[in-house]
Amino acid sequence: MTKKKTDIKGFFKALPKNIFSGFVVSLIALPLGLGLAMASDAPPISGVIAAVVGGVLVSILGGSHVTISGPGNGLVGVILVAVATLGLNGTYAAIICSGILLTLLGFLRMGKLADFFPSSAIQGMLAAIGLIILGKQFHIMMGNQIQLDGSVDYLLAIPSTVIGAFSYDHSGFTYAAIAGILALGIMIFYPKIRNKYFHLIPAPMWIVLLSIGFSYFYELVLQQPHPVDPAYMIADIPTGAQIISDIPTPDFDLLGSFGFWGSVLAITLIASIESLLSIKAVDQLDPEKRRSNVNRDLKALGLATIGSGFLGGLNVVTVIARSSVNVNNGGSNRSSNFAHATFLVIFILLFSTQLTRIPLPALMAILVYTGYNLASPRNVAKIFRIGKEQLLIFSTTLLVTLFVGLISGILAGVLMTFIIHVIINKDLELFIKNWSKPNVLMFKEKRGGLHYYINVKHYCTFLNFYKLKEKLNAIPESEDVVVDFSLCEFVDHTVMENLSAYQDVFHKRGGHLELIGLDLHGTESEHPFALRRLIPGIPFLTDNLTKRQTRLQDIADDYKLNYEADVKEDTEVLDGFRYFRTKRIEKIYNRLFNKDASFAVFDIHYSEGEFIAKEDVRTTMLHIKFDHQIPEFTLDSEGFLERVYAIAGYNDIPIDNHSDFSKRFYLLGDDPKLVQDYFTDDLVRFFESNTYYHVESDGISLLVFKSQHTAGVKEIKQLLDFGKRLSKIVVREEALQA
Amino acid sequence: MSDPSFKNIAIGIAFSPTLEANVSEAARLSCMLGAKLLLIHVGKGSPEKIQIIDQFIGNCNQSQLSYELLFKEGEPVEVILQAVQEYRIDLLLLGALKQEKFVKFYLGSIARKITRKATCSVLLITNPSVVRKACKHLVVNGLKDAHTERTIETAFYVAHSLGSNQLTIVEEIDQQKISIKIDDDQSLRKANLLKEKLKRQEESRVRGILSDIPEEQKKAIHIETQAIFGKRGYSIGHYAQIARADLLVMNGPKKSTFLNRFFPHDLEYILKELPTDVLIVR
Repeated sequence: MTKKKTDIKGFFKALPKNIFSGFVVSLIALPLGLGLAMASDAPPISGVIAAVVGGVLVSILGGSHVTISGPGNGLVGVILVAVATLGLNGTYAAIICSGILLTLLGFLRMGKLADFFPSSAIQGMLAAIGLIILGKQFHIMMGNQIQLDGSVDYLLAIPSTVIGAFSYDHSGFTYAAIAGILALGIMIFYPKIRNKYFHLIPAPMWIVLLSIGFSYFYELVLQQPHPVDPAYMIADIPTGAQIISDIPTPDFDLLGSFGFWGSVLAITLIASIESLLSIKAVDQLDPEKRRSNVNRDLKALGLATIGSGFLGGLNVVTVIARSSVNVNNGGSNRSSNFAHATFLVIFILLFSTQLTRIPLPALMAILVYTGYNLASPRNVAKIFRIGKEQLLIFSTTLLVTLFVGLISGILAGVLMTFIIHVIINKDLELFIKNWSKPNVLMFKEKRGGLHYYINVKHYCTFLNFYKLKEKLNAIPESEDVVVDFSLCEFVDHTVMENLSAYQDVFHKRGGHLELIGLDLHGTESEHPFALRRLIPGIPFLTDNLTKRQTRLQDIADDYKLNYEADVKEDTEVLDGFRYFRTKRIEKIYNRLFNKDASFAVFDIHYSEGEFIAKEDVRTTMLHIKFDHQIPEFTLDSEGFLERVYAIAGYNDIPIDNHSDFSKRFYLLGDDPKLVQDYFTDDLVRFFESNTYYHVESDGISLLVFKSQHTAGVKEIKQLLDFGKRLSKIVVREEALQA
Repeated sequence: MSDPSFKNIAIGIAFSPTLEANVSEAARLSCMLGAKLLLIHVGKGSPEKIQIIDQFIGNCNQSQLSYELLFKEGEPVEVILQAVQEYRIDLLLLGALKQEKFVKFYLGSIARKITRKATCSVLLITNPSVVRKACKHLVVNGLKDAHTERTIETAFYVAHSLGSNQLTIVEEIDQQKISIKIDDDQSLRKANLLKEKLKRQEESRVRGILSDIPEEQKKAIHIETQAIFGKRGYSIGHYAQIARADLLVMNGPKKSTFLNRFFPHDLEYILKELPTDVLIVR
């Protein structure tokens, strides 16, 4: 019982944070909800209804912790088709049926469904969805609303729309295009501007606020009508009372038709894949590293979808971008999802008339950006690096999805993958004969320190990965695991990629997952996720040094350090730092380090969030490792990182007799007493008299950095100097205490 | 407790390239176990054939071996099974075939039929050789089954006779026994606690069986137990392969129906994919 009590106490303690992050998420959810609904040819409010119903039901019944639910971008394509063939009320009926199917999937424990799709096929499908969204919304963004037959036609019409934009005969269209392009500009440049206050409001909300501001500017200051053509303004948003009185009646007349069930299946398939993939990705972002109950979440999402369908809303799915904003703003439990729904209700009740002041092109720019991100050429390049065959799978799925449909697309992708696997192995029997065999053996080894040993026989591909996954899921992530592929003739890309994700999870939770027995397997590409074989490290910029790199080489010689320009994939040393708990380290490069690597300066590339909320940061950091223990703490100039660190619920630790230090610096730590003892006059004075750096300790080493951009040569020298003097003081302090 | 020792050993032979290896293995084993050997050939006997076999047996330098030759025409499965009855054979040796390209072994259709129907213990030899390979490591099943006690006794008897130095008892625990479905951290913890409990139960049961084995047989052997959660019959073969066991000792099947071939269970898995030499104790 006592455990329960502390849970409730902790819940209320974290509540303010969750309400705040729910608020920030609702700022994104509102424009996205409206936009996604309009992109699907449904009334704009239906997206918000989905977010509200989803937020309420999933937060109460769901099994995940920091996810946000609402209308999903993957569904735009299928719902578009559904509305066109079934009509709006028929679509609501299809949504309700897909909700029932989703709930069933949850009860049948089909959370593993997403594992049966090869990664490249899923990538191809997402890219196709991105192109569908981009193709359709681009024209509206440019003030040229057109009706075409297929999604490919919309894409092909893009150049003519761009050219046509310069010769509109009606200024209302031109202004519409300008509004759209400005909004797209905000979406693109938002992550590049690194200003804390600017980032308090998410990009989509900036678009909404600026649009409403402009509208009032014209109305009140210039006393002119809004320059954008009225046809390009958001259509009537109903008030709260209207929503309730106008609840549509789903039309179940088409229940017997083939097309109806085709739509239901497509919606269910995409909804479940999008939700499952999102849950998996968000679990990795969760600072408390909890494991989500996927099946329970599916049930909740299904129920929410049924409810949303009856109230005239779209499908409810778990959405990655909004969830990652939630995590980054300190959301720690499901109450933030609930808060996000509550704020949406408040917005609609109070400001529904203001929303009609937003130009449609501005809203669609958000979707164009989302669509571009899904289908960005960078993703394609990434897939090509993994292997030519992956690109073939990717493009098959992409093209079939665009030309035929989503279900056919993903099926074509699966089939293509299987055919490629058979051709590579020149052996069909291998796959057919061994499919039903329980080819994964797991046991806890008694010798050599009680670790888990998993051996996989025959082959391991997307077809039977679920068997391996089942075993892996049965191991607590804090344990050591060895996965042996030496008896396995073939391992595909899907498995390699998924295992790499598992490695990350085990790593973050204090365990270790090692793959062995792949040395004898051949491979064509050198990418670590390539099918069949794993090669650590990719050669990177080895002989062609940039100017900065040659200067770094000089500094290295100056300071008697070693210099390595290559990418270092192994970033374990940084995992212990609180700063990286919600961030993903992409790579470390340009390293300057001493002989035993206890003192190292390096450029680092890390990212935070996913999809539209993803921000890439490249900066330079210093890492000093000591021989002795030091207390865990984080030191920064007052206010800067408050927001980021408040998640953990730590308070500023005051240092006696140094009120000035306490005023200027923000000091956090696990154990305030220990930290206070550690910060002696010497150390305090050192920090007071030097430039601000963010200094963080993980108990054995220090991480020092300043800005969120890559340091110049001079800055690196300063950093090196700061680090040398700091490490001297720390070492001296240890000697004194000893 | 019945006597686990083998008194009469039989081998079915064909005049194939592996004949010498098969005969040598059989002769050596019979000598080590102190048993009589019966060589069954389905077909007509001739002085040349007898001469060849006599010569092969002579080559293995097992002078104290008493052996007999049986030539009989008919349907191979019938003939061999009948001979097993008639001569009161308690261990039948069968050679496996080697799959080309990979180091995989499988049983021919005749051997498979005999294995299913035989009333005596069966030893399936995967890689017969003229020169003796030492049998160092035995893996034996520790299933919760009335027959297991006898299987383990036999394993110790064989291990002792062949001078093996390691014996691992594998307790296969059916995945279905873990009633808790793993969904989140909490259910994972519960499931792992349950697993530990099941494991302890199994180990204490196996310890009970072990205490009945005569000390003299256990003396020179390093005994280990290993609990595995997985598919019965399949995981033990997989384990034997990984552990590089030289002999896998298993319970004989209760009954084998036609359906079992399509929904393989226990022994059928092993018959499809021989991980190493397999001794099926009946």
